[in-house]
Amino acid sequence: MHILGAARGFAPRSDAVSDAISVRHLSKQYGVGADAILALRDIDFAVADREFISIVGPSGCGKSTLLKVLAGLISASEGSAFLNGTRIDRPRRDIGVVFQSPVLFPWRSVLGNVLLPVDVQQLGRERMTARALDLLNLVGLAGFERRYPWELSGGMQQRVALVRALIHDPALLLMDEPFGALDALSREAMNVELQRIWLERQKTVVFITHSTAEAVFLADRVLVMTPRPGQIGDLFEVKLRRPRTLDVMTSEEFGGYVRRIRAVLNAGGGIE
Amino acid sequence: MTVGLRGLALRLLLIAATLALWEALVRALAVPAFILPTPSSIFAALYRGFSSSLYFNHIWITLAETLLGFAFGTALAFALGIAVALSRRIEYFLYPFIVMFQAMPKVALAPLIIVWFGLGLTSKVVAAALVAFFPLMVNTIVGLRSADEDRINLMRSLAATRWQIFWMLLLPNALPYIFAGLEIAMIFALIGAIVAEFVGAQSGLGMLMQSMNYTMDVAGQFSILLILSMLGLFLNSLVTQLRRRVLFWDPSQQVDVPTAKKGGAS
Repeated sequence: MHILGAARGFAPRSDAVSDAISVRHLSKQYGVGADAILALRDIDFAVADREFISIVGPSGCGKSTLLKVLAGLISASEGSAFLNGTRIDRPRRDIGVVFQSPVLFPWRSVLGNVLLPVDVQQLGRERMTARALDLLNLVGLAGFERRYPWELSGGMQQRVALVRALIHDPALLLMDEPFGALDALSREAMNVELQRIWLERQKTVVFITHSTAEAVFLADRVLVMTPRPGQIGDLFEVKLRRPRTLDVMTSEEFGGYVRRIRAVLNAGGGIE
Repeated sequence: MTVGLRGLALRLLLIAATLALWEALVRALAVPAFILPTPSSIFAALYRGFSSSLYFNHIWITLAETLLGFAFGTALAFALGIAVALSRRIEYFLYPFIVMFQAMPKVALAPLIIVWFGLGLTSKVVAAALVAFFPLMVNTIVGLRSADEDRINLMRSLAATRWQIFWMLLLPNALPYIFAGLEIAMIFALIGAIVAEFVGAQSGLGMLMQSMNYTMDVAGQFSILLILSMLGLFLNSLVTQLRRRVLFWDPSQQVDVPTAKKGGAS
């Protein structure tokens, strides 16, 4: 398992299940010639099935670019990414994405927004409505299905976006700083909630953040990226027991992980 | 804007006071009726026109011209707007023509249109359609291109087809622009119909005004101006009623600004 990662000195994973994602020598360059900017250089890692991996790094380290490649929205310049053995070269139906902002359509109700993937992928509204209501209940939005996005708070909107990403039961959930726009308290609450949902639904999750605490709190493994060009600075396992509570954030062990990330970021010139 | 019962009473009082002042000044200063008629003579003309059912026929003609012109003009504008917004090739081909036509005052074409399409209904419908066309086409193009990149990325990430992106995102997203365009188009259609009637017609409110001008019936002309204003309000309300139902989700619906965003007349 994961010979490449081991060879590079990255932490091995705890279980021996097959890789859901594997990223192989992936580079991404914007522009050509003298104006070319290298956004990602030789990114190489794998994510196990049902693993929760956090990617943490400062702005401009290419983490959003990496997520766009994984979502099939942009193509890599070199190397490639695979999901369950098949190459990601275009958007796929078995991936759910949660963006920085909720990106809800104001002309659709909460239920309508949640059912957007169902409409696009023609999965049948009748069949999926029960599942949608079930998921809304899971994130504490029971009874809100007939409301419209502008009637909800920012945190509630992001929960709707999360349900929308889960509705078509994707194998992989990609999250791009989903709670970045929330206040600190709502953010912590959403972290606890996301962990609960993940424990219940067991999806492979790639979670991008610029918060070291959030990265450690949520993840099985943390991938630290450093900027200019975006590359992997460190990749290590978080051995905190689940379910984790917010109290864990004050523990010595937790602080150790956060310090380890900071050290990598400082060495990589990431803190501005 | 909401007006309470007291506000409404105050407004009516203000209008009545203005009319009374107008009447008193015209009488006191002995202004000739062919320069500025009194409000009472305007209302008398209005009553005469309606009681002889003369006005009804002409209102009906002008209304029909305006609505038909609006329907044809906006249908074509919508179709072409979609084509230009979605296809770079079509845009490349049509762009010089669009710029040239847009810069031209469309009503200047009215005499030619009368020559081409005659004195009847057709020429008025064509003129109304022509002036109604541009505001909607431009707004359709701008609206369809206004979709947020995040929203497009969301649709793409779901592996949506081009048509799905159009129907589920671009079109609903463009509706606020499209309705703003429809509002302008409706008023422009009325302008187009009236100008074409001025140039040459056998019936309609514009023709009626023109003939009153020859007989120095200024009170009659004022009465028709009043009708045209009412007609404009009615036509505008047709669009705004529909907009309110369709665009219930648009934040700009909460603010009711009847004239501010309507641009210049043509």
